[in-house]
Amino acid sequence: MSLSAQYLWIIPALPLVAAAIGALTPRSGRSLVAGAAIVALVLSFFISCAALSTALANPAAHLTHNFIWFELGNDTVRLGWLLDPLTAFMCTMVTFVGTLIFVFSLGYMQGDENFKQFFCFLSLFAAAMLGLLVANSLLLVFICWELVGLASYLLIGFWFHKPAAAAAAKKAFITTRIGDLGFLLGLLWLYDSAGSLLLYDNGNGVLEATVLGALGSAATVCGLSVASAIGLLLFCGAVGKSGQFPLHVWLPDAMEGPTPVSALIHAATMVAAGVFLMARVYPLLTPDALQVIAIIGAITALLGATIAVAQYDLKRILAFSTVSQLGYMMLAIGVGAPSAAIFHLLTHAFFKALLFLGAGSVIHAAHHEQDIRQLGGLSVKMKLTFSTFAIGTMALVGVPLFFSGFWSKEAILHAAHATAGSHFPFYAALVGVVLTAFYNTRLMAETFFGHARSHAAEHAHENSAVMTTPLVILAFFAIALGFLGTPAYPWLQARLSGETAVHGHSLLDGVGLLVLSSVLVAVGIGAGFTLYGRTRRLRTKATAPDPLAIAAPRTHAFLGDRLKFDELYAATFGVVNTLLATASDWFDRYVWGGIVHFFALLGEFSGTVNREADEQGLNGGFDATSETLRATGQAYSRAQTGDAHGYLRFLAIGFVVLALVAMLGGVA
Amino acid sequence: MNPLPLLSLVVFTPWLGAAVLALLRGISPATTRALTLAFSLSTLALSGLLLFQFDPHSLSPQFVERHPWIVALNVHYHLGLDGLSLLLVLLTGLITPAALLASWSHLSPSLPLPLSPSSSPRLFGSLFLLLQGAALGVFLALDFFHWFLFWELSLVPAFFLIKLWGGPGAPRAAYQFVVYTIGGSAFMLVGFAALFVATGTLDFAQLAQLGRDGTLAVKLSGGAHEVVFLGVLLGFAVKVPLWPFHTWLPATYAEAPTGAAMFLTGVMSKMGVYGCIRILWPIFPTPLHNAAPWLIVLALGGVVFGAFAAIKQTDLKRMVAYSSINHLSYCLLALFAVSYATDRNVATGPAVSAAFSGTLLQMFNHGLSAAALFACVGVLQTRKAHALSLPSSGTGVPPVSLHDFGGVRTAAPILAGLCGLSLFSSLGLPGLNGFVGEFLIFRGVFGLHPVAAAIATLGLLATALFLLTFWQRVFHGPRAGVTATAFAELNPIELATLLPLAALMVVCGLFPGLLTGLFNPLITSWADHLTLP
Repeated sequence: MSLSAQYLWIIPALPLVAAAIGALTPRSGRSLVAGAAIVALVLSFFISCAALSTALANPAAHLTHNFIWFELGNDTVRLGWLLDPLTAFMCTMVTFVGTLIFVFSLGYMQGDENFKQFFCFLSLFAAAMLGLLVANSLLLVFICWELVGLASYLLIGFWFHKPAAAAAAKKAFITTRIGDLGFLLGLLWLYDSAGSLLLYDNGNGVLEATVLGALGSAATVCGLSVASAIGLLLFCGAVGKSGQFPLHVWLPDAMEGPTPVSALIHAATMVAAGVFLMARVYPLLTPDALQVIAIIGAITALLGATIAVAQYDLKRILAFSTVSQLGYMMLAIGVGAPSAAIFHLLTHAFFKALLFLGAGSVIHAAHHEQDIRQLGGLSVKMKLTFSTFAIGTMALVGVPLFFSGFWSKEAILHAAHATAGSHFPFYAALVGVVLTAFYNTRLMAETFFGHARSHAAEHAHENSAVMTTPLVILAFFAIALGFLGTPAYPWLQARLSGETAVHGHSLLDGVGLLVLSSVLVAVGIGAGFTLYGRTRRLRTKATAPDPLAIAAPRTHAFLGDRLKFDELYAATFGVVNTLLATASDWFDRYVWGGIVHFFALLGEFSGTVNREADEQGLNGGFDATSETLRATGQAYSRAQTGDAHGYLRFLAIGFVVLALVAMLGGVA
Repeated sequence: MNPLPLLSLVVFTPWLGAAVLALLRGISPATTRALTLAFSLSTLALSGLLLFQFDPHSLSPQFVERHPWIVALNVHYHLGLDGLSLLLVLLTGLITPAALLASWSHLSPSLPLPLSPSSSPRLFGSLFLLLQGAALGVFLALDFFHWFLFWELSLVPAFFLIKLWGGPGAPRAAYQFVVYTIGGSAFMLVGFAALFVATGTLDFAQLAQLGRDGTLAVKLSGGAHEVVFLGVLLGFAVKVPLWPFHTWLPATYAEAPTGAAMFLTGVMSKMGVYGCIRILWPIFPTPLHNAAPWLIVLALGGVVFGAFAAIKQTDLKRMVAYSSINHLSYCLLALFAVSYATDRNVATGPAVSAAFSGTLLQMFNHGLSAAALFACVGVLQTRKAHALSLPSSGTGVPPVSLHDFGGVRTAAPILAGLCGLSLFSSLGLPGLNGFVGEFLIFRGVFGLHPVAAAIATLGLLATALFLLTFWQRVFHGPRAGVTATAFAELNPIELATLLPLAALMVVCGLFPGLLTGLFNPLITSWADHLTLP
């Protein structure tokens, strides 16, 4: 089955139609809207499969279809669709994972009064996300990029009556918009230098040799080549969207949204859009830019894993784990391995969606209790959720050989090891492996083992099939997907790089790294088990302190406060913002307004002076004279019988007529 | 030549309506409303006719009417329409009926004092129609003499609309508005008097020709050229307004009744930008070019400080007013950047067309979204007045603050949806109309003056900040304040006000070609002839 790029628009259009149906259906039409959303996404999935088979038939090709959006001067603004393995793999993943999450939501959101709206927003999100993937124009990417931001905003704030959710939604939108301004500037710069924003356009696209050559030879600005500057500005957008340091602060707060949203948007798909963008514009990125990307990625990977160690909220632990994993992906881009980044993106999408849905299953069963100290003992009560969650955790941790996360992380570690640039990312990634294994072991132990530590956890029981079936399917892929990209047969990476042949090598080449990462995983799990997992170490009371908090209370508290980033930003940018706003307002009211007021007073003052002078000085004489005149006039008027008003009126009219005649010049 | 003087019909039909309303003393309020609305809709109907016959590829004005008027002064009655005028006529045609619908209560007789002028629907209707006609005259006149008449005449009805139907501070605000604007215009009038003395003509096209070939600079020697330029500039700077000549605006918009505020921000604020493009830039290319580096700084001041001052506002109307300052400053920024870059670099063609397209789109789009936002705030104000048992119009009307509400989205989801749409359109969300204009302005300005574009992005950020704060405080969270008790959803009249605007926001956002098609050949020719004498 093959699909022409011309029809690629159908993939995002179907969920868009579902969103429109959702918007126009009254609140009672729950099943119609949910049905439309799921059917649309399933259809999109089938078309994505067709797209995938087309793309795989010739992985090196970039099939495009461009069209004119509107005319601009002598030029036109064009948009277009692009089909290549990157697009096709991503679309297939998004529609597949998306469908499972939609189905899960049927159960999870069942009791919500805004059920209909939820599916409407989910469809809107899916449409924007898929549009972003099939876009062949950086402008269209930006448009969809902002629209996924809107969908994310609406869904984080879905329970908008909760002030925390409303605040988190705003924070997410504003924080990502800061990055987006960089994206916008990069876009403008690229547009200005290249004259187009089409990615591929028969040799004239911005990712094709002609433009890249021209950019490479362009002058430098402040020691950066123009291409590096553009690349880094585009990266700003990715930093915001993909929760990279220093703009990662919004992502944990985004967990205020319903859990399926966290799974779909804030774990599997949207937050990975930054990685996708960087992979997409990879040909534009210069070594300088890549170096920065690798370092930011490494910092993020480490930061997320570190903070996750001291969190108690089930979803926030997973959120920081997402931050950390996104850091790994960005790191992979930075060390020159975009295909490894996308491999990890795909496996992560499955196992992280699995983990979030598993968390959702727990939260739903435990009456919205998501503090791990209040949970416990769920492994017996929720066997299916527990076993799938365990598979997801092992994939995330990278338990060797059988779990997808192991292979995709392996690819990243290899690339980071082989890079010609700094080795900081490599070491950061290794430390991250230990931490990841550690905090996930803690999470498992606290949530599923020991005794139930709250009323909610005691009465938890397994959810219905509509919620557990997606878990099982995702768990299958959390294992299976890894085998698409093992070093022995890196099929996925080869296709993403546009190659038809797969050049594998024996696992014994580079076995050192394989063993090293396995050992690190073992160390992390071992440490976690020692501290949290052994029978006498298992938490018995919700209020019992964390072993780490006993060992290093201040560090633990600092980590628990997420390294105080929010406080830092509030004390710096927040204050600057308030100052600027206050100053702008104050200037308006008192300085500019004051000047205007001064002139007004000046006018009033001179008016008063004038009047006084007239009244007292000049009019004194006139008054006397006019008094005489008035008396005379009164005498005359008494003497005459005619109507003086009538005379005056005629006089005035005659005057006006004369004036008009003179002005129009007609008679003369 | 057209057999029908279409443009005169466009301008004078609303005035005819005003006269009819003034003369028909005994008619019922219902008839008054119907007549006012019908006459205000004439513009939309006539612009349909114009659209049908309009040829976007013809670069000179179309439907021209030119008759000698005051021969002694070489003054002609001269109307004409090109893509730019057509866009603004369309905008006026759309905004005025919406503004009248938003003023439905002012057109009703339910007010307590039957003898005060503000209880007369006929007066309100005829003032509004006078205002509409004057604005249309400004967009269509091609001779300074009656252009200036329309320009100044628009102030008179606006003054009375604000003063008589506005909030508690309205008399002072209306006074400041009129005196400040007339103050600016006075300098412009003197400037044009000097131009007339030097050249003997007041025709825009002829003056532009003289400006372009340098004759003007020769005739106005010894610094007079610059002084005249500054005078004309000042007139527009106050009107648009250009930062820091903007202090009249927040108070005026905040005190004006909803309908008038919609018209002020939707249409009248465009008169200044229109004047800059139609008059200032063609007639004074060289002085504008020389002043451009400074003017860019002022425009940036409007973009950045306007947006940041909005963050500080708690009065919703003032907030939206500041957002207008910010949005219109983008237009000025683009125009000044074009002027700045003239002759500096030959390869600026695409950037210049982008800047102009963006400016024109921004004028239209800002008209839609700002008017819609004022309408939404007006609805909130009515609800508050209702909850506090205060009159919903006139001087007793309460100001609406950010902290008066909470959870409106629960109570009135349709209002929330439409207001949200306007907010996101205003903050430039792609897919809605605001984005295209702003993107093109940024595209253009970046190509002409990259640093200015980079600084202006701060305005984008601050805009998102205050608009989302507005949305969060008023619509989200638990129901509180005015919303705690009953809060009515939009009634049919309010829906009729907002729905067409909302629909246009989506349509113009997805298909900007519908609008750019009207003026693209025009701006292409502007971009092609961008050289200084």
